[in-house]
Amino acid sequence: MKKTDAIIIGAGPVGLFAVHQLGIKGLKSVVIDNLDKAGGQCIELYPDKPIYDIPAVPECTGEELTKKLLEQIQPFKTDLFLNERVEEVKQEKENWIVKTNQNNRFSAPNIIIAGGVGSFEPRKLGIKDAEKFEDKYLFYAVKDKDKFKNKNISIFGGGDSALDWALELSKYSKINLIHRRKEFRGAPHTLSEIKKLENDGKIFIKTPCQLESIDGKNNIDSITVKFDNGKTENIKTDIVLSFFGLIMKLGPIAEWGLNMSKKTIEVNAKNFETNKKGIFAVGDICSYPGKLKLILSGFHEVALASVECFKRARPNEKYRFEFTTSSKTIQERLGKK
Amino acid sequence: MPKITYKDKEGASRTIDVDNGLSVMEGAIQKNIPGIDADCGGSMACATCHVYVEQKWLDKLPKAEDAEVDMIDMAYEPKKNSRLSCQIIVSDELDGLIVTTPSKQS
Repeated sequence: MKKTDAIIIGAGPVGLFAVHQLGIKGLKSVVIDNLDKAGGQCIELYPDKPIYDIPAVPECTGEELTKKLLEQIQPFKTDLFLNERVEEVKQEKENWIVKTNQNNRFSAPNIIIAGGVGSFEPRKLGIKDAEKFEDKYLFYAVKDKDKFKNKNISIFGGGDSALDWALELSKYSKINLIHRRKEFRGAPHTLSEIKKLENDGKIFIKTPCQLESIDGKNNIDSITVKFDNGKTENIKTDIVLSFFGLIMKLGPIAEWGLNMSKKTIEVNAKNFETNKKGIFAVGDICSYPGKLKLILSGFHEVALASVECFKRARPNEKYRFEFTTSSKTIQERLGKK
Repeated sequence: MPKITYKDKEGASRTIDVDNGLSVMEGAIQKNIPGIDADCGGSMACATCHVYVEQKWLDKLPKAEDAEVDMIDMAYEPKKNSRLSCQIIVSDELDGLIVTTPSKQS
């Protein structure tokens, strides 16, 4: 079990800034996130889209903001536990024990939940039997390319993931690329490559149509798609790949005994503590009168929460408010002196 | 104040007053209308405020921009009359608008 001062759940912008606010107060932390990289919604939903309301940063993308935050917390050498989801939270005297789905255990007097709208999961097909074939013949991500050699593969989606995997897997398999409209969203280069492979008979594009059924008993034999004009087509298929982006699910957080309203955690607006002492919620996941779901608000919330975290982690020390500009202690912690 | 009607797939409908300038999504969230999740809060990043709009109303709306259409690709059971309700801004012209929510949002 790893002991620390605060366990931060969520590596989005607010979770990352929590590391900073705790760090300058001399507190250690760990960050746990279900995604394979830091940045949360910034990196998953709008890495290339502009953000205009970060104070003193007139314009930056989600990816740029994430990079800058990672740079800002670099001095604290904090461990990020990625690809891990917190499953369980238990109280043990003054401390909270957190267990992840990778069986890592952490103990700290403070938990800061900066979980956004929950953890990201692939958006799954709503069709009958989809679950039966999942992870055997139906996939929402490609992990081991070898599984997809010499097969009839039907890929659904019109974005980058669908296009990139259609290109890659067409090297060894027959690909059907199926999309609900004629236009695909991808880099011009990718689109022209796809067109070329279509002309060469390596990729078969089916538009505008949608999945009607997956047919087969134990394995997939074929799929049926329905075109906008009402016609249907049966396509021989061994493997279905579906790329309809990610959805956000609150997951186990709802079961930790915290007061919730409309998928958010109720906190006080003084230190953003929940109804459980030592558990804080900040950023999009928290609610209080007047709450705005802005990154800016999350930064404020975590700054105030970190003061209470200090009091709980160092009960015998007095908290002293300091400015980064003038505090030698803080500058040492930032590696500046 | 314009009246907006939200129907679910089973046909149950609720009509509420929504202030001019708010989005059809915001109107629903403020009045706890079921069937609209709006996980991303209106940044056109999640497609969980997806609705179907009748043709006669669809014609009155500004055309969806590319980013919205791309996002609708990700929605649950998109159709030709699919829109994201966070992108439909309420005005007097839309008084009486009827939107139908899909059987689920994700």
